[in-house]
Amino acid sequence: MTDLLVAEGLVRIYSARRGLLGKAAPVRAVDGISLCVRRGETLGIVGESGSGKSTLGRMLLGVDPLQGGEVRYAGTPMPPAGTAEWRRLRARMQMVYQDPLSALDRRLTIAAQIREPLDIHKIGDAAFRAARVDELMRAVGLRPDQAGRYPHELSGGQRQRVVIARALATGPDLLVCDEPVSALDVSIQAQVVNLLRNLQASAGLAMVFISHDLKVVRNLCDRVAVMYLGRVVEEGPAEDLFADPRHPYTRALISSVPEPGRPLDGRVILQGEPPNPAKRPPGCAFHPRCALATDICRGSVPQLRKAGPGRAAACHHFDGADAARAA
Amino acid sequence: MIRFVSIRLLRAAITVLAVMTFAFVVLRLSGDPAAVLLGPDVPKDVVDAFRAEWHLGEPIWRQYMAYIGAILTGDFGLSMRDKSPALELVLERVPATLMLTIPALLLKIGLGIPAGIYAALHRDSVVDRGVILMAILGFTIPSFVMGLVLVLIFAVTWNLLPSGGFGGWQHAILPALTMSIGGIGVLARFSRSAMIEVMGQPYIRTASAKGVKWHDVVRGHALPNAAVPIVTIVGFMVGALIAGAVVVETIFSWPGIGRLLIVSVSNRDLAVVQCILLLIAAVMVVSNLTVDLLYGWLDPRLRNSAAH
Amino acid sequence: MTLANPSDTATSAPLRRPLFARVPPAVAFGLFWLALVITCAAFADLIRPYDITRMDLGARLSPPGTPGHWLGTDELGRDVLSRLIQSVRVSLVIAFGATILSAVFGTTLGFLAAQFRGVVEHLVVMLADFQAALPFLIMSLAVLAFFGSSMLLLVCLMGFYGWERYARIARGLAISAGAQGYAAAVVQLGATPRRVYLHHILPNVASTLIVSMTLTFPEIILMESGLSFLGLGVQPPETSLGNMVGFGREYLTTAPWVMLAPAVVIMLTTLSISLVGDWLRDKLDPTIR
Repeated sequence: MTDLLVAEGLVRIYSARRGLLGKAAPVRAVDGISLCVRRGETLGIVGESGSGKSTLGRMLLGVDPLQGGEVRYAGTPMPPAGTAEWRRLRARMQMVYQDPLSALDRRLTIAAQIREPLDIHKIGDAAFRAARVDELMRAVGLRPDQAGRYPHELSGGQRQRVVIARALATGPDLLVCDEPVSALDVSIQAQVVNLLRNLQASAGLAMVFISHDLKVVRNLCDRVAVMYLGRVVEEGPAEDLFADPRHPYTRALISSVPEPGRPLDGRVILQGEPPNPAKRPPGCAFHPRCALATDICRGSVPQLRKAGPGRAAACHHFDGADAARAA
Repeated sequence: MIRFVSIRLLRAAITVLAVMTFAFVVLRLSGDPAAVLLGPDVPKDVVDAFRAEWHLGEPIWRQYMAYIGAILTGDFGLSMRDKSPALELVLERVPATLMLTIPALLLKIGLGIPAGIYAALHRDSVVDRGVILMAILGFTIPSFVMGLVLVLIFAVTWNLLPSGGFGGWQHAILPALTMSIGGIGVLARFSRSAMIEVMGQPYIRTASAKGVKWHDVVRGHALPNAAVPIVTIVGFMVGALIAGAVVVETIFSWPGIGRLLIVSVSNRDLAVVQCILLLIAAVMVVSNLTVDLLYGWLDPRLRNSAAH
Repeated sequence: MTLANPSDTATSAPLRRPLFARVPPAVAFGLFWLALVITCAAFADLIRPYDITRMDLGARLSPPGTPGHWLGTDELGRDVLSRLIQSVRVSLVIAFGATILSAVFGTTLGFLAAQFRGVVEHLVVMLADFQAALPFLIMSLAVLAFFGSSMLLLVCLMGFYGWERYARIARGLAISAGAQGYAAAVVQLGATPRRVYLHHILPNVASTLIVSMTLTFPEIILMESGLSFLGLGVQPPETSLGNMVGFGREYLTTAPWVMLAPAVVIMLTTLSISLVGDWLRDKLDPTIR
């Protein structure tokens, strides 16, 4: 499996100005993230709100500008957003959004919107496009007689299927899904997740799946990266990570995921304030809430270190010993 | 809170300055200010004194400063008709206009808002349908038609009230009525919508489900929340009142500012026009400012954020 | 394999019902009246029985129903019906021109404010503030005082009426479309900005703009009538609806039809536009059914 998308050292800084007379307070939403996605694999990105995961998703597609680092797709650097080259590249990579209703134009029928990528990239003739729309609708589980409907006439789950169908119209290699099921009812979530998995298998798609919901991520993803305040604190194959989390934050997250049939035991409860990218703690960003924090955690930022085959974690203490002594 | 108020004050000041600048620009574009503001038949030494005082002939920014200075000290030039200072002439007429506008405003608020609220609380009743009908009429019938129709009915056909002129309180009835009728309907309709929207909110249901008496729910929860949009609309009505005064005073030959404005415009007595314009702008700015501040006081959410 | 959706089971009839399927009687009347009025305006020269300045001094102030003068004559013997038809044309042309001007001006400013934000946006907001600082009637009077009442100036002046409403709408919709909405999604699909604006934003904004136009149109008619009534709008020998009411005022007691005919036309026209506008908004917005 070759690397499809490679990101190195991504940095994104917002300068949030408060009103006309406020000071510019720079906020590091993404602070030096490197990762790669291989063809056909699903990478899960997990984090709370404020962790910067949505921003990361947009940066991977080249939608948000980078204040540092680089993204390479199939070996070539991502063209700047808005250029003709970038627009052409959209046929190869697409996005699925959290709120399907606002991602769709309420004045157009869903068939017209599913067909739109084909119109934009001038793929095929009218007959071909009509046939492709039919095919896509069937593939996501929409009935043909719904083609003339408007987005507001469908349920949330159906709308999300439309968004997915539209995203797949040009047969992309990469799909970035930003919390695609968070706005849906729990029973529908499972359907849509299964749909995504089936589509991915049949089309050989690579997928980046951004979510705060660990159950779903565990279900769907091959590899997982856990984010905290703009940095990756742990990454590795999904099964391994869930079975044996190394980073204290990951441990806390996973211990809170309920398993049917068993009561929650060994639950780690985090103290302190939820992460606020505007007020980043010095040293390890997690140290105010960490039970294992020591002086070194307050002083220096831990880097990602190997923590097993294909795994890495950014913590001074994840292997139970003082990493500085071991280094 | 301080920040909220000071931002509003700043915007009000800027608006006033903008209007003064507008008047200045328009004045310069329409010809020589001395000729325009003093009129013909003025002795040369007066003209020269005027030109010196207003710094005419000097660089434009000095003229601008002189202009602003003159305005702020109340010097608007001389009325062409009787050579008296424009400001005096205008201020003389203010009480007459107030005699109409204040009752009209009170009528609108006193009849319109309760009618609207009643209609909202008793949907589909006679009052409700009446309110909607009146609102439509108020919107489509222009005030000059309304005034003339009222004169036709009350003065001509039934001979109950005088058809114009300035005299006792009887003379004020038809003009004040003309000014308020349209607004009553519109305000009633608006209050009705605001109230209906508030009554549909979940917190009203909750309050009533808690067992609070309906009367108290309306008084304690619904009315204060409906007050916010209603106050805003009343603020807008001040502007409508002033515009209404112009038309109504003309129809009824009422010697107020509105009529003076029309007469001055017809005669191109620009000193007076300028004075009235700035006076009205000042009133509007104060009224908008009051509404803004009232808004902030009524809606606690706005007090802490300095959001525009 | 989708869950049953209530709207699915309702009807499988095509959603785009013909526009005139079920028209409430009030709206039907409104449409009829507007059609009548527009025809008058368009074919005024052909329909008019007499020239508007033609005086029949022998038949001054004759009441409606007089043979040859269906709506009577005014104090100079001029046929009220003819003048009415011509007035309708003048008032409608002014209102229509002004509405278009105002909509174009306002929408452009709104889009500019949304696209460039920052200084441009503050400027537009300040302009709108300035507009709100003076009642429009007063400002018009001031401008007319300084520059005189020509037809061109009148239309341009009316063209400033209500632009801030379009600007606010256009800006709001463009921003919400661009930020998290469908415009961003379409950009992400690879669309050029031109396609985004023409295919998506403008059609979405259009229906709200049209509704706004149907609100401002009658207000402009009223405003122009008011100015003409006061003698400062349309000047003789041209005639407008407000003009006629103004001149008819003197003869209120002796010949009320001179004033009532144009007054009724004003009222019916503004009423019709409001009714039709409300109905049109419901039809144009697929989310309100």
